[in-house]
Amino acid sequence: MAETLTLELVDPERVLASEPVEMVVLPGVEGDFGVLPHHAPLVSLLRPGVIRLYEGAKVTRRIFVAGGFAEVGEQGCIVLAEGAEPVDQLDRAAVEQALKDAEEDLADARAPSEEERARLERAVAIARARLEALTAPVV
Amino acid sequence: MPSLKDMRTRINSVRATRKITSAMKLVAGSKLRRAQEHAEAARPFAQKMAAMLANLAAAVKDQGEGHPLLAGTGKDEVHLIVVATADRGLCGAFNSSIVRATRRRIQELKEQGKSVKLICVGRKGRDMLRREFGDLIVEFMDGIAGKRRIGFADAERIAQKVLALYEAGQFDVATIVFNRFKSAMAQIVTFKQLVPVEPGEAATGEGVQAIYEFEPDEERILAELLPRNLAVQIYGALLENAASEQGARMVAMDNATRNAGEMIDRLTLRYNRQRQANITKELIEIVSGAEAV
Repeated sequence: MAETLTLELVDPERVLASEPVEMVVLPGVEGDFGVLPHHAPLVSLLRPGVIRLYEGAKVTRRIFVAGGFAEVGEQGCIVLAEGAEPVDQLDRAAVEQALKDAEEDLADARAPSEEERARLERAVAIARARLEALTAPVV
Repeated sequence: MPSLKDMRTRINSVRATRKITSAMKLVAGSKLRRAQEHAEAARPFAQKMAAMLANLAAAVKDQGEGHPLLAGTGKDEVHLIVVATADRGLCGAFNSSIVRATRRRIQELKEQGKSVKLICVGRKGRDMLRREFGDLIVEFMDGIAGKRRIGFADAERIAQKVLALYEAGQFDVATIVFNRFKSAMAQIVTFKQLVPVEPGEAATGEGVQAIYEFEPDEERILAELLPRNLAVQIYGALLENAASEQGARMVAMDNATRNAGEMIDRLTLRYNRQRQANITKELIEIVSGAEAV
């Protein structure tokens, strides 16, 4: 096995991953980025998307996050996620329904305040990203 | 002197009470285990977030005034206290000790000429504080403390309320009061400052502070991180509180069960004495009646 780094993926309610990985690809707000061992120290915001854990060139696990923060340091990579769910536990029908509901909420909102609108748009973006996580081909 | 029938009724009623309290104790015991696991599961996130926050705060320290949640309003006039209690009673001094500490804190702050506002989480705390400080309560969050499983979304709701008040300039310093879970026997009333955030010491690995790259810039990350941190702090407090409540109830119900047992023993003894006295009296009556003939 090649050199590894420690990935810790936690969300407020539980620990989703705490294990050595060869590479992890994170959905940063400014684009996806891969983290290999000895990555330069970095703190990044995450957008809704999929975190991919790699062993060799193969993806071993895919975990959806609705957002959060990633810190890459000497000790490895720490991800503070929001609304994290393993992709294989997502339910296609429920996800599609959630997206439809979110879009309807946004369309139905009459004269929403700026914050209200931002909140609804965010919900739609998260729901859409979740659906993409399911439909996108596994790389 | 109560009649034998009265005493029998009383013994039966105490027996029924004991059954209830011992059942409540068992329920609280299993809920306590769940609540404890839950609180433990939430701890890594809070720790990691505190570490990240400390690093970030250290990184932006030298730049201007920084984020309002970190720097505060520069004043110390209006205090907001989030009072986290349970929705139910029958858990010993759990609720009253929080309320007592809160009352004392309010008095202290008032003596220093500061004004106080309250957010009540949990019905019991509101009920007890309403009479005295009803005009201070700005918000009552219902349906959180009594939940079987407190979700992060609940904590977020409270955090949003606090943030909205802060942005509207309604207070300068926010504190949450809750019972920290030490063990099933001991819960400690704890005040934790929420706003302005007090970042801990940055985790400096052997004195060498890693130079982080930030993506996007520090300020935007901090602006996202600080409100989240508030929710995480509140979440942690709520979970500790939930575990403490079950612990306190378990101990209270254990005591109640034991007391009921003692009471039953005492009453049974008195009942038997009374019964024997009655029998003796009747015998004497029969014997002396026979002698008189």
